[in-house]
Amino acid sequence: MPINYYIFLSVALFCIGIVGVLTRRNAIIIFMCIELMLNAVNLLLVAFSKMHYKTALLAGDAATTAGTDGQLFVFFIMVVAAAEVSVGLAIIVMMYRNIHSVDVNFLNRLKH
Amino acid sequence: MINGLGRNRFSRTGVSLVGCGTILGSFILSIWVFIQVKDGNTHVADYFDFISVGSLKISFAFQIDQLSSIFLLIITGIGFLIHVYSTSYMKEEKPEHFGRYFSFLNLFIFSMLLLVMGANFVIMFIGWEGVGLCSYLLIGYWFKKQEYNKAANKAFIMNRIGDLAFLIAIFWLINKLGTVSYTEVFSSANLAKLKAGDITIITLLLFAGATGKSAQIPLYTWLPDAMAGPTPVSALIHAATMVTAGIYMIARSNLLFSLSSVTMDVVAYVGLATALLAATIALKQNDIKKVLAYSTVSQLGYMFLALGAGAYSAGVFHVMTHAFFKALLFLAAGSVIHAMSGEQDIRKMGGLGKKIKITFITFLIGCIAIAGIPPFSGFFSKDAILLAVYVKNPVLYGIALFGALLTAFYMFRLLFITFSGSNRGSEEQKQHLHESPSSMTIPLIILAVLSVVGGLVGIPELFMKGGDKFSAFLLPVIAQQDAHTVSHATEYMLMALSTGLVIITIIFAWFQFRNYQQKESSGFGKVLENKWFVDELYEKIIVNPLNKLGDFFNAIFEKSVIDGLVNGVGKLVNYSSRQLRLLQSGQVGLYVLLMVVSMVLIFVLQFFLRK
Amino acid sequence: MVPLLLILIPLLTGLTAFFIKNEKAVRSWVLLSSGLTLSISLLGLTVLKEDKFLQFQCEWLQTLGSSFSVRLDGMGQLLCLLNAVAYPLILLATWNSSYKKSHNFFALMLLAQAGMMGVFLAMDALLFYFFWELALIPMYFLCSIWGGEKRIAVTFKFFIYTFVGSLLMLIGILFIYSHSPSHSFDIASFYEIHISSKQQQLVFWLFFIAFAIKMPIFPFHTWQPDTYEQAPTATTMVLSGVMVKMGVFGLIRWLLPVVPVASYQWGDVITTMAIIGMIYASLIAIQQDDLKRLVAYSSIAHIGLMCAAIFAENQSGMQGVMIQMFNHGINIIGLWIVVEIIERQFGTRKISELGGLAQKAPAMALLFVIVALANLALPLTNAFPGEFLMFNGLFNSLVTKYSVWFTAFAGISIILAAVYTLNMIRKVFYGNMNELTATVRDVRSNEKLALGIIVILIFCIGVYPQALLNVTKEFSEAIVKKADILPLFRGH
Repeated sequence: MPINYYIFLSVALFCIGIVGVLTRRNAIIIFMCIELMLNAVNLLLVAFSKMHYKTALLAGDAATTAGTDGQLFVFFIMVVAAAEVSVGLAIIVMMYRNIHSVDVNFLNRLKH
Repeated sequence: MINGLGRNRFSRTGVSLVGCGTILGSFILSIWVFIQVKDGNTHVADYFDFISVGSLKISFAFQIDQLSSIFLLIITGIGFLIHVYSTSYMKEEKPEHFGRYFSFLNLFIFSMLLLVMGANFVIMFIGWEGVGLCSYLLIGYWFKKQEYNKAANKAFIMNRIGDLAFLIAIFWLINKLGTVSYTEVFSSANLAKLKAGDITIITLLLFAGATGKSAQIPLYTWLPDAMAGPTPVSALIHAATMVTAGIYMIARSNLLFSLSSVTMDVVAYVGLATALLAATIALKQNDIKKVLAYSTVSQLGYMFLALGAGAYSAGVFHVMTHAFFKALLFLAAGSVIHAMSGEQDIRKMGGLGKKIKITFITFLIGCIAIAGIPPFSGFFSKDAILLAVYVKNPVLYGIALFGALLTAFYMFRLLFITFSGSNRGSEEQKQHLHESPSSMTIPLIILAVLSVVGGLVGIPELFMKGGDKFSAFLLPVIAQQDAHTVSHATEYMLMALSTGLVIITIIFAWFQFRNYQQKESSGFGKVLENKWFVDELYEKIIVNPLNKLGDFFNAIFEKSVIDGLVNGVGKLVNYSSRQLRLLQSGQVGLYVLLMVVSMVLIFVLQFFLRK
Repeated sequence: MVPLLLILIPLLTGLTAFFIKNEKAVRSWVLLSSGLTLSISLLGLTVLKEDKFLQFQCEWLQTLGSSFSVRLDGMGQLLCLLNAVAYPLILLATWNSSYKKSHNFFALMLLAQAGMMGVFLAMDALLFYFFWELALIPMYFLCSIWGGEKRIAVTFKFFIYTFVGSLLMLIGILFIYSHSPSHSFDIASFYEIHISSKQQQLVFWLFFIAFAIKMPIFPFHTWQPDTYEQAPTATTMVLSGVMVKMGVFGLIRWLLPVVPVASYQWGDVITTMAIIGMIYASLIAIQQDDLKRLVAYSSIAHIGLMCAAIFAENQSGMQGVMIQMFNHGINIIGLWIVVEIIERQFGTRKISELGGLAQKAPAMALLFVIVALANLALPLTNAFPGEFLMFNGLFNSLVTKYSVWFTAFAGISIILAAVYTLNMIRKVFYGNMNELTATVRDVRSNEKLALGIIVILIFCIGVYPQALLNVTKEFSEAIVKKADILPLFRGH
């Protein structure tokens, strides 16, 4: 499958994520949108890694390691995302406990 | 020569003994030195390197030749007499002030000797500033009176203006010749190296320095104010010695001055203008010391006139005779003031001639000498000057002669108002009237004798074969002057003319002031009484604007412009941070939007910039 | 060894002084320390003249190309001596002033001394910067804790001013470091850099502003009168006697030889600024009613002359500046001592409220008049050779076309100096006493001792200045040679 499809898909996902983050007020939805963006990037990384590996193989290098670092990044992102989710959800839970809402516009009191 | 300060702990007699003794010692040394150099020897004693930087070497060295030995004699001789005089004049001072007085006086003699014995311009400058300092300290000696202190400040500051010119002249010499020592500067090789323009500027600057110290236009106003000091100080510093330092300096650098006719003219004209201006002011002064002060300024003008006419030895000769009779006049005036219990206003004197005989006679001798009646000393020196001026320009001669008549007039006005007629003082003063003690009158008598015979050393060839010893003595130091181009007949005629006119003037003064009555002066007299309003003019055009400018800088410029700039920078930071703070609205949506927008911007920029 | 000791003694004794709680003990401790520093400095000047004693080097930040390298050369000798002489004098003169938490006060003073020693000795740019800041920080605390009423605002101004300067200098140092051939902070490699004239100008201004603020030069001076006024007098003495010399020192060691071309190009501008500043400060001084501010402005005028003489770039000027740095330090400390005595006795520094002090305090008047006259550069006092050489240098400068004008205008300031100094003497010491000044008591013996030493120094140096001139002779020759840009032109 040509790489273009992957790129289109991940760009679409990323844009949905951005629009979601910008327009939604519900903290959880924003959160999900961020995850969406991260995963769009992950998808892109995996796709390119696969592509590089394939081109190296076709070039005749049987023992190639091309593209492995892309996969490694994906793992990194997943770990970081997990950590972020746990902290972020904790914040959201605390926020809900305090103001009984998960609307981010209520958070502007942070500046005071 | 150096006398320790801080002799406050000595008893009064101790102080006066030490003070006078050291000066007497140096006087004897001066005589010995004088005998040494009489044959035309020059001694240069080099002690140590004062400043030696790169190619510039200034050594702490003394040079004694004919010119300096004459000044040495004048300084130490008259200095000694005045020290003796002071011991009783200042008797009523407290011991610690008495000690202070003598230490300042000795410091003055030290600086003055440094000035005339230095072997280069820097040492001369050291003495130059030193005498200025002592003059400052002694004018402000009675420091409780703020007016006196103001006069002292004025003297010092005006001198400083001249000093600056002197200093720049020294730098100019260093720049052109790389040396300041007399022997090297005046060597013919070096003189040939200098361009005419340089010589003119250097000599003009030197002369500007001399105008400060020797009270010439435009820096003369400090000298009359300097009369605030004790009278012996006025006699020593402001008549006999310090104010002639300018003459010494020009006579010392006569080789340089002779090379620039522009400067010579300037010196002559400034001297003549000062002589006349001061003489006119002296006509209307009523303070006995002020009259003498203006007379000093005027006589100094004559000396500069002589220098400007190229008659250096006549100038120096007049320095010497003037030192005799002006010191005499001041000391006699001091004796009068002493007798009148501190009164200085001549309108309140009168008829003193019978009460204080010695003072009167000595004062009279002084007056005759300054007026220039033969065979008193003033006649010979003034005649030498007038003759030289006549050779240079007969018109100048006429003006100078007029000035000489003014001199005779105001001096005899002073004499008659003070000593003849009836006493106009208070009863108490009349009671107190007494002759001064012998330690005051003996110096007076000695000076009177000198004023009478002092001129004979410079008696012109006209009267005595092999005369004019004075110029002959100075010959090694002073460049050969133009030979007199006047015939003996003219010389006789000029002498007779001046003597005759002077005598007529004196007689006129006698009728005018024999029985002096006070009256208001009007019109031109008022202008003279107020000294041509020169002080006020200086105040208006120099002092006030400077004060205003200082005020402006202090109150406005410093606070609003410079501090304003600095605070403005602070305010700018404050302001911009306040504006930036608005971005921190706290709305998460806005933050994210900004983030996205800027990311997109960065991408786009990068995309375009890469191409 | 000598330079290391000069830094370490005040540093260590300063740190220990924090823990001595007894006031008497801490004073004696500090006096002991400063006496020790002075004797070592004198030893370095007279006996231990070989290079091995005057040099010390060890590793510091090797990876950055910086080492702990200190050396005593001519100018360093003179300024370290000034620093070492100043402290005992200041301690002696302020023996009677009490400070709350005196151990902290004296400890900070000693730390500042260590910092200044370091500045004068450092042969490595990073080390120089380090000590520069080390000297600044204790000063900040000294002024802000022990100062007058407006101390917080004023100290803030002082700190921001000097700190901005320091940071600009740091940028300059890093810039030269990155262009230096051997990538090192060593002074020798700084002297060898080859950068274009444009870059030189950039570095020139970065450095110059830092030094100009420290000196201070018009128009960077407004922190100074305020700070001098508000700081405790002992601190003011250190600030004006020693610390402002850091700026002058910096110009000579770190600016002129490093960027000679830019110094030549901007020399006229800087000299003009300095001379405007001299006249400007003198005129303001004439109008001042506050003794401390008057002395502060007079100091600005004197420093202006030094700055102008440095940019004359010849030996006479350079030697004059060096001897004058020492003498100005001595004289101004003398002036402050008297101001301090007056302020402590009457609680006021207003000239208009004083008068007639000479009647009851003749010793104070005599000593003060001598110091003030020395400040006027009267011959046979110490400031005369310095000013003479500086003016001579300015007049005979080969790097400017306007030397005559510069000298003439700078000369005006010596007349103005006479005006404000004599007016101050007249108003404070002469005239009649008023109610306030009738209670005056003459100087105490410790103050007399301090002033007496100053007066002796004034006369000794005034009569035989060559002794000091010899110390800095070789150094100034070397600097003038390095600053000379003619060989550069010949080379191209």
